[in-house]
Parts: sequence; C-alpha cells; structure tokens
Amino acid sequence: MDLVKILIDAGRTAVGVPAAAYALSSIGLNLQFGYTGLLNFGHVASMLVGAYGMAITVDSGGPLWLGVIVGIVAALILGLILGVPTLRLRADYLAIVTIAAGEILRLTVRSSWAAPLTKGIFGIQQFADPFFDVNPIPVGLYGIGRFRFDERTMWVLLLGWGLVALATLFMWKLTRSPWGRAIRAIRDDEDAALSLGKNVFGYKLQSLMVGGAIGALAGMFLAIDQQNVNPDAYIPLLTFYAFTIVILGGPGTLFGPIIGSIIFWFLFEFLDGFMTAAVLEGWFGDVLDSTDIGPIRFALFGIGLMWLMIYRPQGLFGRREEMLIGEQ
Amino acid sequence: MNSDAHPLARIAPEPGVSKPDPILVLDSVLRAFGGLRAVDVNHLEIQRGTITSLIGPNGAGKTTLFNVLTGFDRPEAGKWELNGGPLVGIPSFRVARKGMVRTFQLTKSLARLTVLENVLVAAKDQVGETFFGALFGRWRHIEEANEERAMRELKRFGLEHMVDEYAGSLSGGQRKLLEMARALMVEPEVVMLDEPMAGVNPALTQSLLSHIMALRDDGKTVVFIEHDMDVVQEISDWVVVMSQGAVIAEGPPAHIASNPEVIDAYLGRDHGEVP
Amino acid sequence: MQTTRRILIAAILAILAVVLTPLAAFAEDESIKGRLEKIDGEEREPVGGVTITVELDGEEIGTAESNDNGEWEIPVPGAGTYLVRLEVDTLPDGVALTDPEKFELPDVSVRNNQNKTTRFNLGPGLTSGVSTYERVGSLFVIGLKFGAIIALSSIGLSLIFGVTGLVNFAHGDLVTLGAVIAFWFNAAGGGPRWHILLAAVPAVLLVAGFGGLQERNLWRPLRNRGTGLVAMIVVSIGLSFVIRYAILVVFSGLPRPFRDYAIQDDIQILGITTVPKNLAIIGFTAVVLALIGLFLTRTKLGTAMRAVADNSDLAESSGIDVQRVILVTWIVGAGLAGLGGVMFGISEQVQWDMGFKLLLLIFSAVILGGLGTAYGAMLGGFIVGVAVELSTLVIPVEFKTAVALAILIAMLLVRPQGLLGVRERIG
Ligand SMILES: Nc1ncnc2c1ncn2[C@@H]1O[C@H](COP(=O)(O)OP(=O)(O)O)[C@@H](O)[C@H]1O
Ligand SMILES: [Mg+2]
Repeated sequence: MDLVKILIDAGRTAVGVPAAAYALSSIGLNLQFGYTGLLNFGHVASMLVGAYGMAITVDSGGPLWLGVIVGIVAALILGLILGVPTLRLRADYLAIVTIAAGEILRLTVRSSWAAPLTKGIFGIQQFADPFFDVNPIPVGLYGIGRFRFDERTMWVLLLGWGLVALATLFMWKLTRSPWGRAIRAIRDDEDAALSLGKNVFGYKLQSLMVGGAIGALAGMFLAIDQQNVNPDAYIPLLTFYAFTIVILGGPGTLFGPIIGSIIFWFLFEFLDGFMTAAVLEGWFGDVLDSTDIGPIRFALFGIGLMWLMIYRPQGLFGRREEMLIGEQ
Repeated sequence: MNSDAHPLARIAPEPGVSKPDPILVLDSVLRAFGGLRAVDVNHLEIQRGTITSLIGPNGAGKTTLFNVLTGFDRPEAGKWELNGGPLVGIPSFRVARKGMVRTFQLTKSLARLTVLENVLVAAKDQVGETFFGALFGRWRHIEEANEERAMRELKRFGLEHMVDEYAGSLSGGQRKLLEMARALMVEPEVVMLDEPMAGVNPALTQSLLSHIMALRDDGKTVVFIEHDMDVVQEISDWVVVMSQGAVIAEGPPAHIASNPEVIDAYLGRDHGEVP
Repeated sequence: MQTTRRILIAAILAILAVVLTPLAAFAEDESIKGRLEKIDGEEREPVGGVTITVELDGEEIGTAESNDNGEWEIPVPGAGTYLVRLEVDTLPDGVALTDPEKFELPDVSVRNNQNKTTRFNLGPGLTSGVSTYERVGSLFVIGLKFGAIIALSSIGLSLIFGVTGLVNFAHGDLVTLGAVIAFWFNAAGGGPRWHILLAAVPAVLLVAGFGGLQERNLWRPLRNRGTGLVAMIVVSIGLSFVIRYAILVVFSGLPRPFRDYAIQDDIQILGITTVPKNLAIIGFTAVVLALIGLFLTRTKLGTAMRAVADNSDLAESSGIDVQRVILVTWIVGAGLAGLGGVMFGISEQVQWDMGFKLLLLIFSAVILGGLGTAYGAMLGGFIVGVAVELSTLVIPVEFKTAVALAILIAMLLVRPQGLLGVRERIG
C-alpha cells in the first residue's frame, strides 16, 4: 500500500474543488445553524436551485451572469417559502419540512414533467463555457510532484477560494454587528430575545434566506466546475456533509467552515484511498469488495457525525466550556 | 412613607376596583388548559408609577397571566390595554417595544453571549440590528452610547466585574440580576418581574429591593410576582392576590395581610392538593 | 428482572450477529433490469406498478414491480439465457404494449457480473372502458393499504416524540431493518426460508429489541447528560446514515421481493379490482391498531405512557417510573416500525432505503394527526396514504410524495398542533 500517495491525494482534495465548494456551502449553513440555531436539513435544496437556476437560464439562451443572479434569487425565494410556515414553530418542524422539500425538489427536477426545462434525468451540460473562455492562466501544471493542478483546475480553484474569502468577509461584517448579536441571542433563547423586543421570526427568515443564497453560490460553483447539473447529485447526504463540516470547525465561528471543510475532505478522501487499497490487497478477503467501500464510508461518516455531536459539539478546537454552557 | 399623599390611599380594597391613573387595564381575560381555568380575571387595573405585587399560591395562574399580557400566550377571551392602546393579539416582541418588558420565572440567560452582550442586545433603535444596517449603516457611535448605558445598568446590579464572562457561567442569582439589567436596557414603562428574588443570594435581596424601589422613583411601573410576604409588605404600594386563576383580593399590603380570604387561599395550598 | 433483561439483550445481540453474517453472502451480482416508459408522440411518462417476471427453463426466478420512475430490476442467479415477461394485466389504464405480441422476451442473455438492460415498448392503449368508480375505488384500496403501512410505521415516531421530545430521523431505517431481517428469514440463500408470516415474528422482535438497546445505550445516556434537542436530532440523523448504509453493505442495492405473495391474481370486490394482499394488509393492520388502542387505554403501562407523553414531570411525581415507560415506548414503537417494514416489503419489495423514503410520509402523517399522539399517527397515516394515491388521478405519479409535503405544510400553516394534538406549552 502506497500510503504517501494516498495522503497526497487526500491533501489535494482537501485544498481542491470539493473543499472549496463545501467550505462555501457550510458558510451558509453556519449562518443558519451555527449562529441562528436553525436546523436546516434541506441545505442541499439551495445548492440545487442555485445550480439549476443558473444552468436553466444559460440553457435557454441567457448569459452566465444572469444565470448567477437567477440562482441566487431562486434560493432567496426558496428560503422564504420554507421559512414562513415553519419558523414560528419549534426547531424540529423546520428540519422536517426542509429535508422533505429537498427531496421533493430533486424529484421535481428529475421528473418528465419538468424535463422540458431541466432535461430530467439527463441534466444540463456545458453552460459555463464563458467562464472557462476567459481563463487567464497559461496552459500547464502547477504544483510539485503528484500535488499538481492543471490550468483549468487552477482557474476553478481561484474562483472557489475567492468566493470563500468573499463570503467570509461578508460573514465577518455581518456577525460582528448588532444584527449578528441578535441572531446569536435567538440561538441561545428565543423567548428571551422576544421579551427584549427582537423580531425573532424576521431574523430567522433573513438568516435562512441569506444562508440559502450562500448555499446556492456553492451549488453554482460545483456545477460550473463539472459543467453539469444532474438531479441525482443533490441527495440529502450533501446537507449532512455541510453539517459535519460546520460542527467539525466549530459552529458559530468565522473560520470554522473553512477549517472544517479542509479536515473533512482530507479524512474522507484518505478513508476512501485507504480502504480501496486495503480491499485490493485482500485485507478483507471475500467479505467486502470495492463496491462496498462507498457505503462503508457513508456509515463511518454517520458514526463520525454522531461522535462529533455528542463529544465535540463545539468543534474539534472549540472550548469545551462554551458548549457545556449551551446545554444547561 | 407618607401614606396619605399616596394616590392609592383612598382606593377601596376590593377586587376589580378602578384606580385614578391606570397604565394597564384588563377585562375578562380567560386562559384555560383543557378544563383548567388557569387565568380567569374579570377586571384589573394597575396604577401607573407604583409597585404592584402579584401574590398567590403555586399554580394560581400568575405566570400564565404574565404570559398572556406580554403576548407569550394567547388567551381564550378577554382584552387588555397598555396606556389606553389595545394589546390583544400583539406579538410578544411588539409588546416589549411598546414599553412592557417581562422577566421569566426560570431565568433565560443568553448563555453564549457575554454579560455585556446580554445587556447590549436589549438596546432599542440600533440601526446595526437590521440586515442592511449591519452591512452599510453607521452603528458604531450608537453602540458606544449603548455600551455606556449598559455598563451603568450592570454596575447598578453589581455585575460590572464580569462583563466579559459568558452569561452561562454565572450563578443562578447572578443570572436573575442580569435578566433585570437586560430588561431595563429596553427602557420600559412597565417592568414585569416573575419571582425576581427566587434563588438570589439573601445578602443581595436588600439591594435588589432598593433597585426595584428606585425604578418606581424613576417613574416606571413595576408588577412583580413574589412569595415572601415580608418582602411584599416592605416594598409594594398595592397587592393583588390570585387564587385558582381569579383575583380574589386586592388592596394595600397591610390590608391584604389581614384578609381572611387570602389566608385561606394560602392555607388551602399548604394542606391541599398540589405539593 | 435485571437478569432476564440481560439475557434478552444478549439473545438479541446473538441473533443479530447470526443474522448479519450470512446477510453478507446474499449480495448477488447479475441482474436484469429496465425502465418502463409510455411514449406518446413527444411525451414520455414512466409507468409504475407493472409486474415483470423472469424465468429460466420454465421455472420462475424472480419478479419485480416497476417503481414510480418505471424502473425495475430482478436479480438472477448467474450468467445464462432467461425469459423476461411483462404481466400485461398489470399495465395501468391507458398504457399498452405497442406490439401486443411482444409481452415476452424469450432469449435475454446475461453475462457474468452484468446488469442486463431489456426494453418493452409501451404506448397509449385504446381508452378502455374502466369507470371512474373503479379507478377511484381501486386507488382508494391501494391508498388504504399504503395508509396502513404508514400508520404502523408512524406510531412509534409519534409516541417516542411524546415521551422524550425527540423527533427520531432514524425511525425510517427501523422500517427497513424490519423488512431486511424478515427477508433473511424468508428468502435469503443462507436463511431458514420460513414463510413470510413466520419470518415476520423474529423481524418484529429483533427490531423491537434494537429499539430498546438504542434507548438504553444511546438516548438515555444523552438525556442524562442534558444534551439539547437540536443535538439529539443531529445524532439521530447520523444514526440513520449508519443503519442505512450498513444495510446497503449487507443487503446490496437491489430491490428484492419476499418469496410469498409477490405476485397475486386480481380479485373483484364490489366491482373494484385489487389483489388479495392489499385487503389482508388493511385488515391485519386494523386489528393491530385496535390492539394498540386497547393497550393504551386499558393497560397500566399504556395509560402510563399517555401520562408521560402528556406531562412527564407530573407523571413522575405521581409515581410513574418514567425511564421504564420510555424504554417500553421505544421497544413497542420500534417493533411496530419493523412490522410496518414487513408489510411494506410484502406490498412492494425490500430495498435498502425503503424506510428513509417512507420517512417523509411518516412525518406528514404524524404532523397531520398531531405529534406525540398515537391516534393522530394512525389517522394521519390513513389520510396521507389515501390522499397520496388518489392524487395520481389528477397529477403525474412522480409527484405523489409532493402531495404529502403539501399536506404537511398546509397543516403547519393552519393548525400546527395537528388534528388531534393540543396547543403547545409555553414558558
Ligand atoms: N402550557 C400549559 N399547559 C397546561 N397547563 C398549564 C400550562 N401552563 C400552566 N398550566 C397550569 O396552569 C396553572 C397556573 O400555572 P402558573 O401560571 O404557572 O401558576 P403560578 O405562576 O401562579 O404558580 C397551573 O395549574 C399549571 O399547571
Ligand atoms: Mg409562576
């Protein structure tokens, strides 16, 4: 087993496209879950409407920039629709409605009814050419040894981490303000915030919508990289990647999503490479074969999420006392 | 205290009596849980600028009445007015903005905010609290002014040395104090305190009482729920007694202490059903 | 008491181990699959609910029903040449083979490790003379059956919420677990190949035991630590991934039917066409639900359960052992979910994520009826089941589940406490 190769591949993923995309997506979820305490179990839905909003716009002849705007607006509207019936109720209702809505949206874009627009199960391809046409990076490979990216990937990564930086700056401005203090107050105790005259419902709605818009950006970024949107990519699992990342990095912290995403993708890729190599070398005999690696990885991911939530809910590096306070 | 000059001195001590300058007026307020009439108040007026104590055995409906008045609970029927303006159906946060702020029997501290933030978050009219205001507004100078005021409130309650601690790390009594400081930051006209003394270090109760009296001297109206009759005697201008949801007596503290119905209600509790 | 409980747990663990080891052996590699689509000019529409049968040398190998996307898949024992037959009488109204002769494909050859795709061409049939009454009637029966499955699976979720305040996102996977365990006892290569009605018994017992273990070793310790509601919900979703993907590893991704009742001939009742198993599921569930009603109202444990759900502090102070009641609720609730899974498997097929897919409908049912109430879950289950099936009269089948979401959201807007729920406590 070539452990060095596995580690390098994992490292490449940890700074690569998935890490950037999920850092961005998790910044949105962090606003909702980490700062406001909203249990949005359908974050994948905002990624979906972002990506599809953009792809459909371009596919119907619109320019890419318009597609980006459509994607963001679609996510804002989605947040509004899901938030209004649920945000006055207890936390679990939002979780139930959002996880359901995410699945319904996926089935809808997949359906033959929506196919004239969404192309059904085939999805939409090649809508991001304008972005790649303006790639200023000269042809070549950048990096050392195995740890290298070509000019296309470099261009995508520039966009991805650029968006992450911008979103972080935005969050810095937002969460250090009295607005940010108000949503943290709501997270800690809704009734107390109400008794002090805070419009809790309004704040939650804003947080849900804005976080969703950031999620939509992440969805668009992933779609641009792949030049492809396909309904079956937007499964509930993606939401829980983001949850795991937010908790790993520390909910309600500015850089938590970035750190969390890097660690998460490093571990996830490492696990994959390691298990694949182990199966190839026959460590598991006949019990497991290579098709089992995916499911096992997801089961381990579930265990990881449970473990984090039980033992390190404040994140890997968060102060233990801070979370104990929250539990009361 | 010069009791003859007191505006309530000549008011008859009977349930539902009218007062010369009521700030809060309730009419036929009913809140029932299944068959249980938790609150069933015919008529009640609270005099402006006084300390009114609300007493009654456990389960009498005092907290539920607070919940209803401040918009945290919806009654089956009834109306009530603050300064002549109807409050029925107004959501809780708007009630607070209209100048009626309550605290909770079980303290609700914002555990992961610092003590200073707990008080700052209560300030009104901060443009930085709106989404666009936060991004583009000029909120820092407002924040500085608020900070000064917050520090004053915290000093008043003896919390100034812990401004940077998380509220969650405070003791139960300190949280009660913090909750009061926070409520005052809203600049309310009416302060409704649900058992503010419970759990507070006895050494602190005396100063807490003087804070409450100072509020009245500032012109605020205080309604507070309290069990300790000595405390009630000491600071209230008027006492309202509830039992099984209804107001069974009201009057000046001295009058209430000798009222046989009140004694009955309390004895009923001691020998009665609810432990 | 203590020792019997220990023995019980040990027994459950042992049986689980026995069950799960050979399960690994039933991953099968070859299959025949396809996707049924009705092609009408430009329009394509998936055709669900059609039965496909595979035979080898005149012996039936397997059968499957196409799902809402028109997809079907039947595992076959190995490479070889098979006969694939579309059961014409299971085609819905308005759909027919474009070539009526081609309902059998006699020479479908499958290579090693191949998932062979085959195709039946479907188009609009002659508009048949089925009356509205018959269409509505047979959908209503299917809806009731579906509702019965939802109701069985929902009670546990609702009761567990009632006594602990937890919305368990891993509840759907208990449904799957029930079906998969029953499958092992009924149809797996290394299993005892019991009749499904017998296989249901260990399935229900094992899932019930699993529920109890969960409560004892996960949820109770978490409650004792004072873990918050939000954290518990996230833990439950993590657990759902663990269960679901563990099942995927051992059961594999292929949907497979039980050996019994997989295909049945239609019968006519009151002019409505249906299959006997639908009626059996409805009838059996009605009996189970009535028994649960009796249990909740007539037994000490049942009334204690309702008391705890109503007000756990009050119940505690009146001498009820709340922890024990919660444990029993978990055991009963999980067992019922397992039973729901067996019914679901009989009705359709066994699949690794069947319970997770059902979860949305369970949520709708429970919120419609009122979170925390057993009767609400029953009522909600039937309403959701029937509404979802009848909706296919007017909207495309693919949007069946969206109807459940619509019900859910509408209910939250007008009456969030549900039909039978009471207004929430405040303060
Ligand atoms: N949300 C609720 N649901 C059901 N009963 C309640 C609820 N809130 C309060 N009660 C009941 O109403 C009565 C009054 O309670 P409460 O107002 O808390 O009394 P107090 O504050 O005077 O001790 C009690 O019998 C209590 O059990
Ligand atoms: Mg009280």
